[in-house]
Amino acid sequence: MSTFPKEYYAFFGLDRKLSINEADLQTRFYRLSREWHPDRFSRKGAEAQLQALDATAVLNDGYRTLRDPVRRAEYLLTEEGFPVAEQRSKDVPPELLEEVFELNMMLEELKGGDESARPQLESAKENFLKLRRDVDNELTGLFSKYDASDAQSETAKQALHEIRAVLNRRRYIENLLRDVDRSLNPPAANAANLEERL
Amino acid sequence: MGTFQIDFGEQRRSKIVGIDLGTTNSLAAYMDLTGPRIVEDPEGRKIVPSIVSVLEDGKLVAGEPARELLLTDPERTVYSVKRLMGRGVSDVEEERKLFPFRIADDSGSAIKLKLGNRTLTPPEISAAVLRRLKDNAEGALGAPVTEVVITVPAYFNDAQRQATKDAGRLAGLDVLRLVNEPTAASLAYGLDKRKQGIIAVYDFGGGTFDISILRLHDGIFEVLATNGDTHLGGDDIDNLLLRIALEDVRSEWGVDLAHDPEGVQRLRRAVIRAKEELSFVPETLIRLEYKAKSYERAIDRNLFDRLIAPVIERTLVSCRACLTDAKLTPEQIDEVVLVGGSTRIPLVRTAVERLFQAKPHTELNPDEVVALGAAVQAGILAGDVEDQLLLDVTPLSLGIETMGGVVSKLIHRNSTIPASATETFTTAVDGQRNVLIHVLQGERELAKDCRSLARFDLKDIQPVPAGFARIEVRFLIDANGILNVTARDARTGAEQTVEVKPSYGLSEDQVEAMIRESLDHAEEDMRERQVREAQVEADNILSATEKAQKSAAWIALAPEDQAAIEESKRELQAAYHSNDHYLLNQKIEALNKATTKLAETMMNTAVRGALRGTKIE
Repeated sequence: MSTFPKEYYAFFGLDRKLSINEADLQTRFYRLSREWHPDRFSRKGAEAQLQALDATAVLNDGYRTLRDPVRRAEYLLTEEGFPVAEQRSKDVPPELLEEVFELNMMLEELKGGDESARPQLESAKENFLKLRRDVDNELTGLFSKYDASDAQSETAKQALHEIRAVLNRRRYIENLLRDVDRSLNPPAANAANLEERL
Repeated sequence: MGTFQIDFGEQRRSKIVGIDLGTTNSLAAYMDLTGPRIVEDPEGRKIVPSIVSVLEDGKLVAGEPARELLLTDPERTVYSVKRLMGRGVSDVEEERKLFPFRIADDSGSAIKLKLGNRTLTPPEISAAVLRRLKDNAEGALGAPVTEVVITVPAYFNDAQRQATKDAGRLAGLDVLRLVNEPTAASLAYGLDKRKQGIIAVYDFGGGTFDISILRLHDGIFEVLATNGDTHLGGDDIDNLLLRIALEDVRSEWGVDLAHDPEGVQRLRRAVIRAKEELSFVPETLIRLEYKAKSYERAIDRNLFDRLIAPVIERTLVSCRACLTDAKLTPEQIDEVVLVGGSTRIPLVRTAVERLFQAKPHTELNPDEVVALGAAVQAGILAGDVEDQLLLDVTPLSLGIETMGGVVSKLIHRNSTIPASATETFTTAVDGQRNVLIHVLQGERELAKDCRSLARFDLKDIQPVPAGFARIEVRFLIDANGILNVTARDARTGAEQTVEVKPSYGLSEDQVEAMIRESLDHAEEDMRERQVREAQVEADNILSATEKAQKSAAWIALAPEDQAAIEESKRELQAAYHSNDHYLLNQKIEALNKATTKLAETMMNTAVRGALRGTKIE
């Protein structure tokens, strides 16, 4: 019985790079699925079935992680000893302080029933979406920087540090976007709309 | 006869049977050389109504006979029990208003129904339907059936899936795989293996609605997203019509039929007939003759459409959510497949066509397509179908309750399964020996709004100061969409005991107890089975003999040999309904002997080759 690596990059037979060709990843995923899926082992013994289950879980978890640039970066950081969760996401990145302060005021106003805050929130949302795009571009650049350097080098370590900071900022922006969305379309209102449509 | 027996031997390799265990109807199917094929019962019927009745002696009957008893003995008969699978008493309030479920007062975490003199859980009732399907399949295949694939709505949660698996075990079946109904349907369509593209499967059945979006790629069926409602189906449309009819009857007759179980069942049949007719004609009548009174109401498609529009809109809401999750727009859907009896309704077809801007596939019978797909999946598991592979997803996010009743999500919805997540837990008090983990399924943020699956008790933790214990818990959703939890002490590496307390449904002990109880009846069941198996054998040899009698070898046979064969045939036919499998087997053996010479003669002629290829059914 063959064994399988638990590390995602190794399972997919890929070098530990942050930029990945998605089409190639998908091809590998389908090929490995054919090899490991539990459907292929239902007439083999209990042990083989269990191993197929384990391997496919790793394969699927890996595919989910590697095909998403943010999750991929978080995974690689953790594997390289830079756990992402350590820097608290609650701490406001300094460059966002002003925006966050204004946003909180708008959110309060809307909560207080002041509908005039709505258009302001809409434009705040646009702003955060733009910030997220900027962050994503920045990440792409840092990915190339990391990939071009030797994994053990200082340049690589420096890149990972920067990536971690950018990822934290990104997560913060994501949370803000979620708050804005929730204020603009509270779940209760969604349900009411639905009732109305029915 | 000898020669044929050898050929049967090859055919008798035990087959994995695919089963569509539906809310209203159930079917079984298997793979033969030409592809998937629906099982027919001895009367040639394919559909087994998912209706179960308890007889005077406490025995259960399922299918067509139970459907008849639903009219005459509604108190001991139950239908649509799939709606109760894996659910608790508190979450079937709505169901109880619309369905005549008689829930026993002593229902604990699992619902129990009172039927005649028995109290039964939904899995036990479903097991009766499964047993019926198993019998039919054994009859059709002429061999015992022990391994099955059962389909479930894609949107079924863990408890509902577990309940379905329990039903299989209670029916004496090894459930090799639970497959999602829409995914199974896409397999049945087969959609040429080289074909690439995105397909949407809209599955609107008797009691459930599912939408699944898949990517096809060289025989791989990858589900991108799924959505649905496990309590939305044709039943709901029936209930809308029924409500109107009950109201009419009340004002016309001055009688409230709602309190008359037989009357309400007859009226239900009448509205279902009207509903079905409206799929083919623009106008029809709801008609009831009951207790010397008659009721009649005209209903046209226009009125019907307005009545059911809200139900259909609910399905479209799910479809849009599914598209969003798959990150697709309606124009990106290449093909749409319709599944389930309710998709015969013209308004449903129009609505689906409008949403996806594609003409839906309806080539396969929407009642049969799921069972056919289940048979294909059975073929994949058996290794007979090698080029196709299903990659399905979990429909609901899985999480654990954390401080303040907030849910922390571990595995997100639409993750390809098997999927896993590992979480480390510690203790809060010095020397703490147990950690209780509450696992939930759903998309909401508070535990109280999600579906409680189970509480996992990590037991016998090594006593250490607070915060020092490190228990690694692995949550793994298997290919059936069912959660498995294992734990180990990260410091010692030792396996950690996990005790599961399911929130709904049956515990492992309860299932075991039910299986033991059913073994008490095993002896008589065994006798019945032996009789049936002998009858199948008799059918085979009789039909083989009759075929041989039309061959050249028969004419060449001596008249006394011919007479002996005729005599043995008659005796076997006479013994056929004796219910005595010893006698039957004796007569089979006799006919077998009598035909030896005939078989030999055939062996020695060119006819043999032709016979080999002949399938004897």
